[in-house]
Amino acid sequence: MIIQVEEKGSVVVIVVKEERLDAHNSSELKTQMLNLFEDGKTNLIVNLDTVRFVDSSGLGSLVSGFKNASARNGNLKLCNLQPQVKSMFELTRLHRVFEIFPNLDDALASFD
Amino acid sequence: MEERLEVDIRVPSQTRYLGLIGKIGEDIARTLKRYQGDREELAYHINLVLTEAMSNAIRHANENDPDKDLQITIQIEKQKLHIRVYDEGQGFDFASVPPPEFKYLDEHGRGVYIIRSLMDSVTYKRDKKGHVLEMIKSLR
Repeated sequence: MIIQVEEKGSVVVIVVKEERLDAHNSSELKTQMLNLFEDGKTNLIVNLDTVRFVDSSGLGSLVSGFKNASARNGNLKLCNLQPQVKSMFELTRLHRVFEIFPNLDDALASFD
Repeated sequence: MEERLEVDIRVPSQTRYLGLIGKIGEDIARTLKRYQGDREELAYHINLVLTEAMSNAIRHANENDPDKDLQITIQIEKQKLHIRVYDEGQGFDFASVPPPEFKYLDEHGRGVYIIRSLMDSVTYKRDKKGHVLEMIKSLR
């Protein structure tokens, strides 16, 4: 799985550079986030710009990251969701859990 | 003219094939001549239920044994879509999988809910080598 990690001040931006986030690769995202938490990072943005398909495992990895960030008094927010990906959050009611932003700038500004 | 189509695929029981089978399901949705609904949404939903059903079979029925196989059939007949995923395992108690508790943030347990939400009928029963999950959706 190709994941790009960029630090923007106290916020870490994770760019998932895959078309699918599914049962085949979602554990790699989960591990990557756990490594960041172990390094003391608590505020994460996951940029799903290129992801056009997400399944229940992909959602589960994001829930794992969200719970870990919250437990450390941080947050995990999402940005750049394609319409079909966003509909998955609505189907599973997770749009009420995550803060979802239309673009990275808005997501970054929300941490100020 | 009646729209008829059947594809029958066998792949090793490994998650690396999820994308391939999902893509085939999407492409089938795009070939439907008479479907009146949102074709791209249908394509996504077929991709999704195939992915969820295969993931379940790999993990719970075939118990992550990469030497086992999965057989997938996608059939369109009489304006109905039938998707069947055959595993080679002991199966799992599909009927007793509870709907997710939305207020608790569980990492797992959304796959069966997604399948049930998107398809009209879902059954899981014994078959020759293991079990088959059959999912039906009306295309009218």
